[in-house]
Amino acid sequence: MRLDGIPIAVKDLFCTKDVLTTAASHILDGFHPPYESTVTEKLWQAGAVMLGKTNLDEFAMGSSTTTSHYGPTENPWRRSGDNRPLVAGGSSGGSAAAVAAHAALGATGTDTGGSIRQPASFCGIVGLKPTYGRCSRWGVVAYASSLDHPGPLARTVRDAAILLGAMAGHDPKDSTSAPVPVPDFEKALTGDIRGLKVGIPKEYRADGMPAEIETLWQHGVEWLRAAGAEPVEISLPMTKYALATYYIIAPAEASSNLARYDGVKYGLRVAGDSLDEMYELTRAEGFGAEVKRRVLIGTYVLSAGYYDAYYLKAQKVRALIARDFAAAFENVDCLLTPTAPSAAFAIGEKQDDPIAMYLNDVFTVPANLAGLPAISVPSGLSADGLPLGLQIVGRAFDEEMVLRVGDVLERAAQFTHRPSFIAGER
Amino acid sequence: MALDKAAVAHIAALARIRLKEEELEPLAAELSHILTWVEQLAEVDTADAAPMTSVAAMRLPMRDDEVTDGNRRDEILANAPQAVRGFFAVPKVVE
Repeated sequence: MRLDGIPIAVKDLFCTKDVLTTAASHILDGFHPPYESTVTEKLWQAGAVMLGKTNLDEFAMGSSTTTSHYGPTENPWRRSGDNRPLVAGGSSGGSAAAVAAHAALGATGTDTGGSIRQPASFCGIVGLKPTYGRCSRWGVVAYASSLDHPGPLARTVRDAAILLGAMAGHDPKDSTSAPVPVPDFEKALTGDIRGLKVGIPKEYRADGMPAEIETLWQHGVEWLRAAGAEPVEISLPMTKYALATYYIIAPAEASSNLARYDGVKYGLRVAGDSLDEMYELTRAEGFGAEVKRRVLIGTYVLSAGYYDAYYLKAQKVRALIARDFAAAFENVDCLLTPTAPSAAFAIGEKQDDPIAMYLNDVFTVPANLAGLPAISVPSGLSADGLPLGLQIVGRAFDEEMVLRVGDVLERAAQFTHRPSFIAGER
Repeated sequence: MALDKAAVAHIAALARIRLKEEELEPLAAELSHILTWVEQLAEVDTADAAPMTSVAAMRLPMRDDEVTDGNRRDEILANAPQAVRGFFAVPKVVE
């Protein structure tokens, strides 16, 4: 079989039959699912074996894997001449670190606002968020159901293509799973991008973008031009509203999805004198600070009197963001952007202001809102020696385009740098 | 929108999350900060936009109304913090 014996790390958001599944939350203490998620089941059917479960931000809410109940994940990379531990990005930080450190050949992740691509960028590996509906969400602990996308993290674009092929496919158990055939994604890696039009969205040239990110992006443009593609400047006018839209819709869906954690069916229970007190004490102790923040925001924006002003408004802006992409893809075949506005930061940085942390996802969130496939490919090093990724975004269900251009980008970038820590080396 | 302590306490009660008195003030500040930031959406003209409820351009599938799974009581109860005689057990609700 295609993946015979291949050791895969699994983000601990995927339910694995009889194997502890925590979502990195205290509230799921001791939860052993009696079922296997569709995506992991497909991997095992293809011959892969589970190496272990990996750390994440609690319920996938974060961009640093520091909100985990079990402590932060360290990035295997260090700044040159500086031994302080850095974040692995998030929320799939454990999966990204395991692949970057050569501990696993590949890993599963989920991406709700950048949670596969941003940690891939921070750890110098490839991360692919497929089209919404391409990989089943069944058996994946829900965060924001209209934005959650399972997908692979891997060392190369080719590995990501092979893993996606094993993970993808229609699943009747997920009503949003798309009944479309799964192509042989590896065959898309032809190396030929001659004549393709690559959109360069001018709104992504955000104020205050570090010069090294801008320079890397320019290199990307030149590499694709040299390979025969035609870069075209395009406009996605709604880009600046994507993050605010996300931080209404995602908490709203989260507050609804996380209502199930009540101390009755599974996980933690804190005793109370009444049923309501038991709920309140269980959720107070079981949820961490960021999860509480998002559940409270979500509860507020869905509450009577505020629903129209916040939630309904955000759903309308989301429609405009998707419309921007649809208009762009009438003229171009894919988009090229940076993956993240910075390299990995130190553990403990950006903790004081939630919005500073949210800004990590400024370039990745739009593709979640529109459900489009996007890949992050390691493309260079920052001045202090940390990996930086570039992102290719494609049309819905055109992962083949994203992979083909990503493969050409990978060849041109020749990213052969290695992290400070490799599993099994001293 | 600036939330005060009373508003945060009300939202927390709706969300069934017990907050300590000393948590209310800092949370009111944090949540107000986030809400003020997302309110930038008010400047977007959405007059001709329909709210987007799903990115998937497909209708929800229907299936025949027949039992496809079941008889898993013990598997389901295995994770319960407290289960008694084949049921989930909770604090007494009715006197």
